[in-house]
Amino acid sequence: MNEIILTLKDVHAHIGQHHILQGISLQVKSGGVTVLLGRNGAGKSTTLRAIMGLATVASGRICLGDDAIAGYKPYHIARMGVGFVAEDRAILYKLTVAENFRLSMLMETDATWQRMETIFLLFPDLKRFWNVKAGLLSGGQKQMLAIGRVLVNDHRILLIDEPSKGLAPILVTQLGESLIRIREKTTIVLVEQNFRLARQVGSDCFILDDGRVVHEDRMASLAQDRGRMKKYLGIG
Amino acid sequence: MSKGVLTLKPKGITADGKGWLVGIAIGFVWLSPLFWMDATTFIVLTAAGLAMGMIFFMVASGLTLIFGLMDVLNMAHGAFFAWGAYVGFSLLGMFEWLGWVETGTFLQCMTTVLVILAVAFLVGALIGAILERIIIRQVYGDHLRQILITMGASFVMVELIKIFWGLNDEVVAVPLAFRGSFDIMDVVVNRFRILAIVLGIIVFGVIQMVLKRTKLGIIVRAGVENREIVETTGYNINRIFTGVFCAGVGLAAMAGVMMAMFKQEVHPAMGDDSFFFALMVVIIGGMGSVGGSFLGSLMLGLAFNYVAFLLPKAALGVNILVMAATLLIRPTGLFGHEE
Repeated sequence: MNEIILTLKDVHAHIGQHHILQGISLQVKSGGVTVLLGRNGAGKSTTLRAIMGLATVASGRICLGDDAIAGYKPYHIARMGVGFVAEDRAILYKLTVAENFRLSMLMETDATWQRMETIFLLFPDLKRFWNVKAGLLSGGQKQMLAIGRVLVNDHRILLIDEPSKGLAPILVTQLGESLIRIREKTTIVLVEQNFRLARQVGSDCFILDDGRVVHEDRMASLAQDRGRMKKYLGIG
Repeated sequence: MSKGVLTLKPKGITADGKGWLVGIAIGFVWLSPLFWMDATTFIVLTAAGLAMGMIFFMVASGLTLIFGLMDVLNMAHGAFFAWGAYVGFSLLGMFEWLGWVETGTFLQCMTTVLVILAVAFLVGALIGAILERIIIRQVYGDHLRQILITMGASFVMVELIKIFWGLNDEVVAVPLAFRGSFDIMDVVVNRFRILAIVLGIIVFGVIQMVLKRTKLGIIVRAGVENREIVETTGYNINRIFTGVFCAGVGLAAMAGVMMAMFKQEVHPAMGDDSFFFALMVVIIGGMGSVGGSFLGSLMLGLAFNYVAFLLPKAALGVNILVMAATLLIRPTGLFGHEE
């Protein structure tokens, strides 16, 4: 069960002139939720973007299962079974909820529509506002759509970037419950600033600082380790 | 669109439930030429105006896709129009060799026109694919460089026309079945204009259908709004945008064929005028709105024909007038939305 599904080895990446990732190495086990923690600017989002092919990898290896994917185009990586929920409500505001979903469906098979039923159970609001323009949804509903639309395909791994950003605390709790149900079906890599949410859903975690992994742990034991949390995350 | 005084006006005149007033006003403006002409002339001019409007629409529809949707300022659009016209001109010569132009039956003439339109579309799309791959792809998101480099492409394309077809104006033969007019109770309606109107409506319908109802349309609209989401969902957005660009310039080439037959002549610089017409149509209609372009083209076509009859010298200025009036009332164009 716990085979390695995603491996990053000494990955370097730049944004403009800035050397953001300075040799990230990490391994994601299949099943469960791997959380990337760290201060602002530590390189968490860039790590996800590098995996997805959105940030150019200058050197290092990224492997999905046995395939080296560094340098592949984002659409290619997506088709290999990597789902990506970008920061800031990654949905198309001018399209209806229905159109957002149709866009996401890379194949429209019976299985797709079965998954659709599961998504409706998970996020009932999306069914209610099926024909509404996504831009008119509330903040929480937009985030449900952003996550829901990625679930329609059969993924090997799901990358989610700060889903709690800008959500009211009660919605964050709901989001956590949804993520717990989603993790039963797929592997998740989660970037999260909200430590409570991270602890609620996470199984493993990596702490990033200045573009490197500085600590690797089980989520549960990190939550007990007040010294580390203060040192790297400034909490506790 | 520009802020300032204009934003003090309520957005959209129909907002306060006085849509019928607007309807009456539009009807009044539309029928106002009747003060100076009899009804028969009015109907003839209306048919001519609609036909012209439909040809404008075909040029403008391509521009709507490329400029309105993809936000690429393609100054070579007019050159594609001229290329289409010349391809049409050459093909008409070939079909004449078959005897399908000067002496053809209705079916032969129809086939001739449809084949020519299809070939012009393909030629336009092919040149478009090359242009997009080599040039446009480098300058996405940068209007100034788009203008400069596509302007250069436009010069090259027009010069190529001069090399292949010569510098002179050429007379274009209209297939027999589309010459002459129908005479319905003294109202004389040119046959070719009816063809233009029907084709324009078909083109409009097809574009709307593809954009609104198909998955491809969803992907295109999504790609315009946010390329990254579409790409990380698993679509090769570059290839899709190449396709949209090709379709856009292909439409321009088709419109070129229609204009060549409408005016019964071609000349190398013929793209320039229609490019500016198309630009005006897109601005009047609202960026990226195919429906808006459709209405805008009809407005320009009709206004041009009425005024050309009443005050020939003012005919060119009336387009600017229509555009200015539209933008005063709706700064984002007829169906445009504020970002």
